Amino acid sequence: MPSFVIAEKCDGCKAQDKTACQYICPNDLMALDRDIMKAYNQEPEQCWECYNCVKICPQQAIEVRGYADFVPLDASVIPMRGTDAIMWTVKFRNGVLKRFKFPIRTTAEGSIDCYAGKPEADISKIKDTGFFNYEARKE
Amino acid sequence: MEKETCTFSYCEKPQIIEHETDLLLIGGGMACCGGAYEGVRWAAQKGLKVTMVDKAAADRSGAVAMGLSAINTYIGENKCEDYVRYVRNDLMGITREDLVYDLGRHVDDSVQLFEEWGLPIWKKGDDGFSLDGFQSKDAGKASLRDGGTPVRSGKWQIMINGESYKAIVAEAAKKALEENRVSTGVEQNLFERVFIVRLFKDANDPKRVAAAVGLSVRENKMYIFKAKGMVLAAGGAVNCFRPRSTAEGQGRAWYPVWNSGSGYALGMQAGAELTLMENRMVPARFKDGYGPVGAWFLFFKAKATNSLGEDYCANEEYLADAREKYGAKYVDKLGTTIRNHLMLNDMKAGKGPIIMRTDEAMQAINKTFMEQLGEKEGKKKVKHLEAEAWEDFLDMCIGQAGLWAGKNVEPDKVHSEIMPTEPYLLGSHAGCAGFWCSGPGDIPGTPDHYSWGYNRMSTVPGLFMAGDICGASGHKFSSGSHAEGRIAAKACIAYILDNPDFAPTPRKTADEMAAELYMPFEVYEKNKTYSTDPSVNPHYIKPDMLQARLQKIGDEYFGGISTYYMTSKTMLEEGLKQLTLLKEDSAKMGAANLHELMRCWENYHRILSLEAHARHILYREETRYPGYYYRGDYNFIDDDKWQVFTCSTYNMETGEFAMSTKEHKNIFE
Repeated sequence: MPSFVIAEKCDGCKAQDKTACQYICPNDLMALDRDIMKAYNQEPEQCWECYNCVKICPQQAIEVRGYADFVPLDASVIPMRGTDAIMWTVKFRNGVLKRFKFPIRTTAEGSIDCYAGKPEADISKIKDTGFFNYEARKE
Repeated sequence: MEKETCTFSYCEKPQIIEHETDLLLIGGGMACCGGAYEGVRWAAQKGLKVTMVDKAAADRSGAVAMGLSAINTYIGENKCEDYVRYVRNDLMGITREDLVYDLGRHVDDSVQLFEEWGLPIWKKGDDGFSLDGFQSKDAGKASLRDGGTPVRSGKWQIMINGESYKAIVAEAAKKALEENRVSTGVEQNLFERVFIVRLFKDANDPKRVAAAVGLSVRENKMYIFKAKGMVLAAGGAVNCFRPRSTAEGQGRAWYPVWNSGSGYALGMQAGAELTLMENRMVPARFKDGYGPVGAWFLFFKAKATNSLGEDYCANEEYLADAREKYGAKYVDKLGTTIRNHLMLNDMKAGKGPIIMRTDEAMQAINKTFMEQLGEKEGKKKVKHLEAEAWEDFLDMCIGQAGLWAGKNVEPDKVHSEIMPTEPYLLGSHAGCAGFWCSGPGDIPGTPDHYSWGYNRMSTVPGLFMAGDICGASGHKFSSGSHAEGRIAAKACIAYILDNPDFAPTPRKTADEMAAELYMPFEVYEKNKTYSTDPSVNPHYIKPDMLQARLQKIGDEYFGGISTYYMTSKTMLEEGLKQLTLLKEDSAKMGAANLHELMRCWENYHRILSLEAHARHILYREETRYPGYYYRGDYNFIDDDKWQVFTCSTYNMETGEFAMSTKEHKNIFE
């Protein structure tokens, strides 16, 4: 189900230092057409449909159209990713609508203080089992 | 024949950037994020520099980029020894039990860290029903570290709300790297969008690797990373075989399509010894969308049958035949490979499509809930459960949700097809293809040849492996890969401290490296105007066609879907001839831009991965993994001869593989 960019909505991330979709795509698929300053998926047959471009787009300009070789038309799956939860709207081909909301994280983005409250590494134990903060389980 | 290299007569020479570091982490997935977190803490004591290089953006790179709905390895109330037994059974008796046990005794800390960092983990409510990550927090449920009870979907699996799983783990890794950057005073130590193409040997010590060299996929820059020690965790290999979907849908690989075999190829080129490269993963998944079935089997208790409603895993005729060929010892445990094998029997007999009875499972649950809880509360719980079923897809395989929506599949009303996929090479999920690595050495009963001093070090000194490419130790999954990256990074720091005088000196000059890496640019630019359409030109092969040719060879000769995973000596030998020609043609890869340049080298990495796979299948004269592949000429399991590790070393100069076996030992009863 390759991602596609809605021409009317994409502004090429003009206000940002880099294009969001291009920044995030794990497979380097999103490219910017500098003539029209709009993004596009340059290799739709290599799209895993991970939705990271869809989730990150500040203009909600990216959606996904089912892989044409096996997905019937007229359905859609659209996320709205917030700071702590994500809302999904699943529209079936026959019009049935389903909405879901799931937690995504319990801490604020950027707030992780990864060594807070953790001990320093004890260099004399570098060849032992265990991590700097954790003794390996013994049974 | 002297290999042609780029003279930069037709394309611009890249700017060359040299970066010196102590510990280099190659990859940005779960393993290297773990490596960054652990490595930085040990490095701090001695002021060592840690650097991570990722071909994508760490927030969403690697196999967990989309998210996950479960963490498949959490030992918790179970025993590490039982984890070893489970892994050994599922991998048909041949496992590095020291590595698996070692992972088991470490992995829980990583999971507990994820929760501390903000990953929502389901907990069991007082009424026995599950609470999601928010509900459990609101209900004041204890964290895992404080003894909270997770929701198990299987003995080893716990349920999570994992949409942001990778973003959370990457945030911690990036914070760690930043701490190291500031304390060591370097300008940059996280390199995103830099794709490592080659490891180069050291000029003074031919055994060691001096540098990892890659290209930016954003700018015309080549990076040379010189390091005293490296953790390689660049993932498994996807799309080496022709996939079932060959148009747009081939992007919907089961494992992430960006796993291009780089982990294998980079290690092979460095001369690291491989093990069990014949192993592969052929998961049975929902057809076409490849949505996960684990939760449906384990959590919702759905049954899979043929279209006549028969349970192929209970077909006495099939079971008797399988026992005769592969032995009751393996067949009766009904591990993943055997279930695949039995399913394939039904498919070949025309009893397909194979069906996952989601409707029956949901209706049974509905009935139980209504009876136990009354209509109002029962309905509420059923709705919650329906959301959980959808979340399974929306967290980790959104395409499957789209496919169900497109086909009007409401799982409580309609069943769905399942299907075994095309083959995948990996060592962190339910597969074990990878490198032969040193274990921890302290587990009683470990044979001498399992350990040579530094945990997770390959046979190349200073080169450590983690995640998909640390071999013979599958079923790590996401949490285990993170923990293994930590184990490897810590051991690598120990190695660096023991070898302080090593001054990495690549055997080749920067110009020679650039001439090799950027050759596909030169080939393309030199020849592109020869034909009116640059996509059809006799002087080069573009990366997409290289991949198509590779996949066709893999599929038709090495036991892909088109032969129902069947191959043999004669088929393998013919396929290897075709593959040799393809390898020769890789000297004529053509790339029009940086994106294609990366694709060229990714596909070259796939070629090496697939060749190693085929050489190992050829070497192992039995069918160790029925349901994943079959040797038609040796369609049986022969424990007397083959309960051993197959190993190989690739010689980059000659292109030859040296094959051998190593003794296998059950450390645990």
